[in-house]
Amino acid sequence: MKVGLFIPCYVDQFYPGAAIATLRLLEKLGVEVAYPPKQTCCGQPMANSGFEHLTGDCNELFVKNFAEFDYIVAPSGSCVLHIRDHLHDDKHPEAAKSISHKIYELTSFLTDVLKVKSLPAKFPHRVGLHQSCHGQRGLHISSMTELVTPEFSKPGSLLKMVADIDLVDLTRKDECCGFGGTFCVTEEAVSVKMGKDRVADHLKHDVSYITGVDMSCLMHMEGILKRQGSKVKVIHIAEILNAG
Amino acid sequence: MTSRESILAAVKANQPETVKLPDIDVFETKEKGSLEKFASVLQGVGGKVAYVSGYPEIARTILAQYGSDVRIVSPVKELKDLSDENLEDIASIHDLRNVEVAVLNAHFGVAENGAVWITENEMQHRVLPFVTQHLAVVINAAAIVPTMHHAYDLIGKSTYGFGTFIAGPSKTADIEQSLVIGAHGPRSMTVFIIGNDNQSGQGQV
Amino acid sequence: MMEHSTKDHAELALDFNKDEDRVDWHDETLWFIRQKRDKAAHQLPEWEALREAASQIKNNVLANLHDYLLQFERNAVANGIEVHWAADAAEHNQIVRRLLNEANVIRMVKSKSMLTEECGLNEYLANHGIEVIDSDLGERIVQLAEEPPSHIVLPCIHKKKEEIGEIFHQHLGIEAGISDPQFLTETARQHLREIFLTRRAALTGVNFAVAETGEFVVCTNEGNADMGAHLADIHIASMGIEKLIPEKKHLGVFLRLLTRSATGQPITTYSSHFKTPREGTKIHVILVDNGRTVQLGRKDFRNSLKCIRCAACMNTCPVYRRSGGHSYHTAVAGPIGSILAPNLDMEKYADLPFASTLCGSCSNVCPVKIDIHEQLYKWRQVLVKNGYTPKAKKAGMQVMTWTLSSPSLYHTAGKVGRWVIKYAPFAVNNKLNPWYKQRDMPASPEWSFSEWYKQNRQP
Repeated sequence: MKVGLFIPCYVDQFYPGAAIATLRLLEKLGVEVAYPPKQTCCGQPMANSGFEHLTGDCNELFVKNFAEFDYIVAPSGSCVLHIRDHLHDDKHPEAAKSISHKIYELTSFLTDVLKVKSLPAKFPHRVGLHQSCHGQRGLHISSMTELVTPEFSKPGSLLKMVADIDLVDLTRKDECCGFGGTFCVTEEAVSVKMGKDRVADHLKHDVSYITGVDMSCLMHMEGILKRQGSKVKVIHIAEILNAG
Repeated sequence: MTSRESILAAVKANQPETVKLPDIDVFETKEKGSLEKFASVLQGVGGKVAYVSGYPEIARTILAQYGSDVRIVSPVKELKDLSDENLEDIASIHDLRNVEVAVLNAHFGVAENGAVWITENEMQHRVLPFVTQHLAVVINAAAIVPTMHHAYDLIGKSTYGFGTFIAGPSKTADIEQSLVIGAHGPRSMTVFIIGNDNQSGQGQV
Repeated sequence: MMEHSTKDHAELALDFNKDEDRVDWHDETLWFIRQKRDKAAHQLPEWEALREAASQIKNNVLANLHDYLLQFERNAVANGIEVHWAADAAEHNQIVRRLLNEANVIRMVKSKSMLTEECGLNEYLANHGIEVIDSDLGERIVQLAEEPPSHIVLPCIHKKKEEIGEIFHQHLGIEAGISDPQFLTETARQHLREIFLTRRAALTGVNFAVAETGEFVVCTNEGNADMGAHLADIHIASMGIEKLIPEKKHLGVFLRLLTRSATGQPITTYSSHFKTPREGTKIHVILVDNGRTVQLGRKDFRNSLKCIRCAACMNTCPVYRRSGGHSYHTAVAGPIGSILAPNLDMEKYADLPFASTLCGSCSNVCPVKIDIHEQLYKWRQVLVKNGYTPKAKKAGMQVMTWTLSSPSLYHTAGKVGRWVIKYAPFAVNNKLNPWYKQRDMPASPEWSFSEWYKQNRQP
């Protein structure tokens, strides 16, 4: 099984630790992983701003980088959702279609493809799990409070395999943090208020770490935590699953 | 071209390809309507429930509660002793403005939402169940259906000029989501249930 | 009545957020309703199947709307109802005015109808010397305050009880300083009872109209639609053409979903079925297009017409809860309003599809399964292609695309000062950057992952 590692642009630049943990975790689980060096971005920032029609070159590049792999794994629900829903390449339509079927967000790759049942991880801290909307409502990596369906959580089930972790239940289990791509600046007031409220829910439950499958949500909440002078840290779920 | 023609033409030009209607009979469970559930749901939406042996007990209960000084009306022929007023005789529906209590028969109740189905025939005047300060409704204990699907089965092709489901007293939560009973319609709704052998004679309003 | 504001959603939301306690209160109040909705939904194991059925029924309606409209008209006329057709808001308003003129009526009572808000009916009639009094408590409150409703089910959800007490003090003559909801509601009851008893014409909205039987259903908790209609000589019912359903039995599906989705109640207090006029009186139904046939022709957006106006999408929307209904500057606010409004005026409502994080909660609560957040995304593409976007944003986007589609640019830019630092909003450390106003930037690591990978993994 050959897995291509897709690292979203802002993770590459700002959170290399999350990317390294993803790579090491996959290697630890016996997967052959390669990181195509010429990758850039999935094109979502443009598309969500209404510029999907300008993402053609981005798409073409993505297909060129990842067509050869059996699976593509990324430590982000949001970027994966974008590729699944919107990747198209007029010159290589089949390749683009096949990519959208074989790209996985990290935790669902672990639960659904590798079928991980245990992890040698240890993380002796109190942790709140932020349900990133695109992973949850877009990729269905966990059940949603709006729907009358059985409860499940792929990231939650993996965190439960981690020794000594103290996972809290939030008051609002799956409310959006307000990042929303360019929404975070075009709708600054609401975005910040949403972020503050999300952070407050975690703080109320006395967490030391906020984790999640999307670094973008975590970056947003980190910006608020830091401004508040809080000692609470954000950490990508890959870093917890790879810890200890 | 009239607006009617232009709208219809635009609809025809723009409507998508046809899709079949779903089978909604699947929602009709075989279970019977639960009187207990009806009563508890109705109470949950602010209604009151009274189990009675028959119409005489209804008349006694209402008189005991409201006294004989207030205007009580009812088109129910078994309750003609309750009020000597003939509703057919009023000159204008506006004359109903000071009705304190109206007692009406209903066709059936719906267990899942505590509603009763009443049509114009049982109201005499459409405005009566709304304009009265207090509404009392009579149903038979056996006349409870489980869901709205069963309700519309019963309503079926029956004819009425006006019909309504009523579930509890008039209410509003428009001010800060605080529930207030008695918005524009009745301040209370009591459903009298006749023929429930286990509980008749325990009338509580 | 609509505010003719030139501010966009973001600016209006910024105003709303100047009072954070109020935002918290607004958010908590609506979240409470969302929780009641969840509780009601979870009591029905068949909930998701019901939503699916409702969605399919409405799909069928849209596909056969032409025939259903004719069938409804035929049956309604046979029932003694007069049917009118209005191509747009102006024609709707003219029809109402004509009907009132013909009956020499200059004062009308009206129950909740978002369609008449959409058409600006009250303002139009007022300009022609006809007084309209809204009878839904929340609508009466905002009418006295000279504001539009901020929510389609709870029109004055943005008002605190103390403010309502003050409005009633000024307009209905109660003592100053009263804020007890019970007392305020009783005041409105007495005031409006007099209105109901003295108005010869009543206008109501329509929740559902049944093609099979020619009847229509109006749902209220307060009983105000019935009080108005049954005491008047003329009942005018205004409805969008999309309010039709094929058969009476389909009401079972919709009445089970509507109020559970809206407020968590199992059904509204009153679900009234109007089939024939009361003896000696008239019922007029006005079928209104006002852009609906255009929306029906937009493949990506037509299923927004399935909406039954329950407002569940507003109650669940984290943006709506923290920006208030007025920030949407349109009659129907929130997520559903944001996909309906651009159909009427792309330029005026170009901001609305961007007033969302695309979190998807709206689509999940929608009882007729409208893919609201996906339509928000699609409207963004349509608006940008039609030129309704700031030029600066467009230029920036083009540079961004160009950099992101060129690996060498992307990675060499990393050496100088990473490209993300140039283009990503969260990376620019200055007070003009909206990110930095209330949030810190992420720390800049010594190396990027790609640099680390080159050092540590590649041969």
